Amino acid sequence: MITVGIAMFALALTATLTGQNELTSSGTTQAAVGLMLPILLAGLGGLWSERAGVINIGLEGMMILGTWGAAFAGYNWGPWAGLVGGIVFGALGGALHAVATVTFNVNHIISGVAITLLGAGVTQYLSALIFEPISRNPRSSPRVEGFDSYSVQPLADWFGALEEQRIPILSDFGGLLRGVLTGLSPLVILSLLLVPLSYYVLWRTSFGLRLRSTGENPYAAESLGIGVYAYKYAAVIISGGLAGMGGAALVLFPGQLGYLEGQTGGRGYIGLAAMIFGNWRPAGTLAGAALFGFVDGLQLRAGGEAVHALLYGGSLLAVAVAVWWLARRRWVAAAAALGAGLLVYLLYITTDTVPRELAAYAPQLVTLLVLAIAAQRLRPPAADGLGYRRGEGG
Amino acid sequence: MTVAALRGRLLPPALAIVFAVLLCVVVVLISGGSPATALSAMVTQVGEGTTAVDIVNSAAVYYLAALAVAIGFQMNLFNIGVEGQFRLAACVAAIVGGMLTLPPVLHVIVIFLVAAVVGAAWAGIAAVLLAYRGVSEVISTIMLNFIAIGLIAYLIRDDTFGVLQGNNISTQPIAPSGAFPGISLGGGGTVFGMVLVSAALGVGYWFLLGRTRFGFELKASGISSTAATAGGVNARRMVIIALLMSGAVAGLAGLPELLGRDMAYTLTSPAGYGFTGIAIALLGRNHPVGIAFGAVLWAFLDKAGLALDNVGIPREIVLIMQGSIVLSVVVAYEIVRRWDLAAEQRRVAAELAPADADPGGGPAAQAEEGSVRS
Repeated sequence: MITVGIAMFALALTATLTGQNELTSSGTTQAAVGLMLPILLAGLGGLWSERAGVINIGLEGMMILGTWGAAFAGYNWGPWAGLVGGIVFGALGGALHAVATVTFNVNHIISGVAITLLGAGVTQYLSALIFEPISRNPRSSPRVEGFDSYSVQPLADWFGALEEQRIPILSDFGGLLRGVLTGLSPLVILSLLLVPLSYYVLWRTSFGLRLRSTGENPYAAESLGIGVYAYKYAAVIISGGLAGMGGAALVLFPGQLGYLEGQTGGRGYIGLAAMIFGNWRPAGTLAGAALFGFVDGLQLRAGGEAVHALLYGGSLLAVAVAVWWLARRRWVAAAAALGAGLLVYLLYITTDTVPRELAAYAPQLVTLLVLAIAAQRLRPPAADGLGYRRGEGG
Repeated sequence: MTVAALRGRLLPPALAIVFAVLLCVVVVLISGGSPATALSAMVTQVGEGTTAVDIVNSAAVYYLAALAVAIGFQMNLFNIGVEGQFRLAACVAAIVGGMLTLPPVLHVIVIFLVAAVVGAAWAGIAAVLLAYRGVSEVISTIMLNFIAIGLIAYLIRDDTFGVLQGNNISTQPIAPSGAFPGISLGGGGTVFGMVLVSAALGVGYWFLLGRTRFGFELKASGISSTAATAGGVNARRMVIIALLMSGAVAGLAGLPELLGRDMAYTLTSPAGYGFTGIAIALLGRNHPVGIAFGAVLWAFLDKAGLALDNVGIPREIVLIMQGSIVLSVVVAYEIVRRWDLAAEQRRVAAELAPADADPGGGPAAQAEEGSVRS
């Protein structure tokens, strides 16, 4: 909660100081929430799988499978069936990954790449076979019916009124909150609930503890009588289901309802990045997905100037971090943060805009920077990506 | 090479291809088509028009991409970034090649150098992050792939280095002096001259990794960096060199089409070779001849598969076939390995049987056999 507050305050301050109101407009936030969902779901999928020690690069393929399943079921039986269809198809991809990595000990990255190729192939074949006769286009499905969307009234209107007032900072908060509270579909709420649910199941139940133990030290888990294979299977299949649900979120996205070839656009990989950004934790994954979704929504709605304004926000944040380190007498860290802030500020005042083409990929750049700076402080599960054969522990 | 070793190498890909073919036969049957018609349509397609030459040309491109991936694999590095490296390299090489006016041979050499350097530099970012910051090359190269797409879109904008050509936007076309001469077969099409370069690089790869001290050190540090360090190999340096070499070869993968056909880089220039390269390197087991076989198979499926639409079977079935080949080949390697291990243990157990009363070869062998059966 505190982090969210700080992030919102930083955004509001940046919007006020740079005059880029799009930064905190309700439209941007609403777009950001929509764009965030597939990334969040893929990220949670990655979290489940990697917590059981299986790296899942195949999220992208499972997501692609999910888009087809969601479009097929959604076209025939409505949005709820679409959601289930996406989950089932994604879970099938997950099951395949589990067979390859858990039973046959295939390298996780290789299996993931193969599943992405296979998922794309199966999807395109099925689309040509089943959708083409209806939609007259092998690359897209007929339009599917979406979820109804709701707004939390009267709160949304109150915040809307506040946004219209254009009071510095306060109106920015109004815009951000209004965007979050309007246009809510059951899918949005369900996806957001999955974050605390994942936390609860993985960290607060014995099932979760056992599942995570297979990702930290499978041989120790085995010695305690845990069926490591079963837990790994369960985790990877759930992971695929979540990625498939991310695919369903794309198909049921209000702006463009239906399957479209290539519509995942690498979001499975970005979900994985969001999870790493979030240090293999549910809340961190949400933060990562929100960052990706926000920058994406911002550059779509407002273009390079608004992303450019984020640079200013970044330098503000760096200064705040520097002050924080100063107070804790960490002189070197403080100097580094201050230097980074100055550098970003210089970049901000010497340029007018970020080229639109590059602005779209700002989240990937941020991920790379975060990894470069913080890779040593990230803590993946200890046995992540390692093979396991029953009875072969040293 | 012994018969057993040869079998260990050839059996898994054969099993995988058989499995993938069977799978596709089932899929075609379920969707109401005839597998025999499909196969004959694909085989006759090879003899028609420029298909045979197209296959050779595509195979050359795939071969380069797969070699780039294989160099990384030799060191246990996953260069998922071949995709970004080859596209960015092709784009920058096209820009530089289009701006320069040089005598014929020199022009081509300069373009080659630019492509290799750009590919290596883009992979170098991942290499430095891995060697000095411990960032997994899988994630960093995936991110770099995305950033490369953005960078290319920016570079060929009409207010940077691009020019508008009708509805399409492209780089300044390269003068004829920069073209890599091909071998014309009249109506059969033109074989890219770069096919020979690909083959030469394959030989170089075989020599460097199989016959030099450097290749040994590279593979040793891939198997165990601590053991290699104990043997006097600088593992960190090896990581950087391997990724730079991988990137440089990846950088060349865009050139056959650029210098043999397109002469300019456009928004619609081909993409996806990086992932194809990963698949082919796996299929060919990082062996230069195996990779060549895989590249030709892939190119055949791609080009001959176009004929399937004429007989009423969606040509996307080829994608299923390719995907299932990759997955089943890695599974097949594992099955054959376990098989051989179990056979070895049985043999040792049989030899030791008179001395030891336990006929099963001890608990380890039993566990091994048990899991093979399951």
